[in-house]
Amino acid sequence: MSVAKLHAVQDNAAMPTVLAGLEAWFDRRLDEKLAEREANRIPSLAIIATKGTMDMAYPPFILASTAAALGWNASIFFTFYGLELVKKELDIKVSPLGNPAMPMKMPFGPDWLKRINMPVPTLAANLPGFESLATAMMEQTVKAKGVPSIQELRDICVESGVRLVACQMTVDLFNYSQDEFIPEIAEWIGATSYLGEAKNADICLFV
Amino acid sequence: MDSNQTLDARGLNCPLPILRTKKSLNAMASGDTLKVVATDPGSLKDMQAFCAQTGNTLLSSQQSGDDYEFMIRKA
Repeated sequence: MSVAKLHAVQDNAAMPTVLAGLEAWFDRRLDEKLAEREANRIPSLAIIATKGTMDMAYPPFILASTAAALGWNASIFFTFYGLELVKKELDIKVSPLGNPAMPMKMPFGPDWLKRINMPVPTLAANLPGFESLATAMMEQTVKAKGVPSIQELRDICVESGVRLVACQMTVDLFNYSQDEFIPEIAEWIGATSYLGEAKNADICLFV
Repeated sequence: MDSNQTLDARGLNCPLPILRTKKSLNAMASGDTLKVVATDPGSLKDMQAFCAQTGNTLLSSQQSGDDYEFMIRKA
């Protein structure tokens, strides 16, 4: 019988102080137990990585490696173009095409020059080799600013025990073979399995 | 104050100072102190948040010139 029910039955009986004491004890114990559980709980992060460009490769790897450093359980599910991020040979590019918010900045030269944003006309971004140019510039900037490369962040994720899982369906869809991907992929799974994992995560992100 | 180990994280940007700190702490014994020197201004808040969440103690954090110095005791 719940405390509330006890209360109702015994309301005008001779035991109100006992009941009040019991309730106070229960409330206190409940708070203590909940606090204890919260203190011992390991937070978790689940990321669904669906993009294979450099700008979209950073968030999953940065967040997952940092979560692991904090002692959290972190996992990344690579699906669709996100599978590019777990290829053995990383070939990650960035393009201003279809990416209108991307700043185009000089990675070298005096500070005043590096601060200038050079808007790229869509037509120019279509030129052959432009994607490689933009990628090289971004890589330079990243290096100059002491931001880790994608490769470095991925290595740290692997080292620090981030669970990397990948989508089997995408492999079939794009005629990939599993050998093209790093062996650290813990499992090849589908939506059903990953949703089961992500269900209990404190933070779930779709990138 | 003396530390058991020093980590030079100068020139590194988010999240590398934290990731390197974690790696250094992993190899140390409980109660040992680690001195971290960084230049990333974001590391001031990040180091606080890192220690608060991992149970390690941030004994001190100070700025000297362009450097930020942190003293951490491993939990």
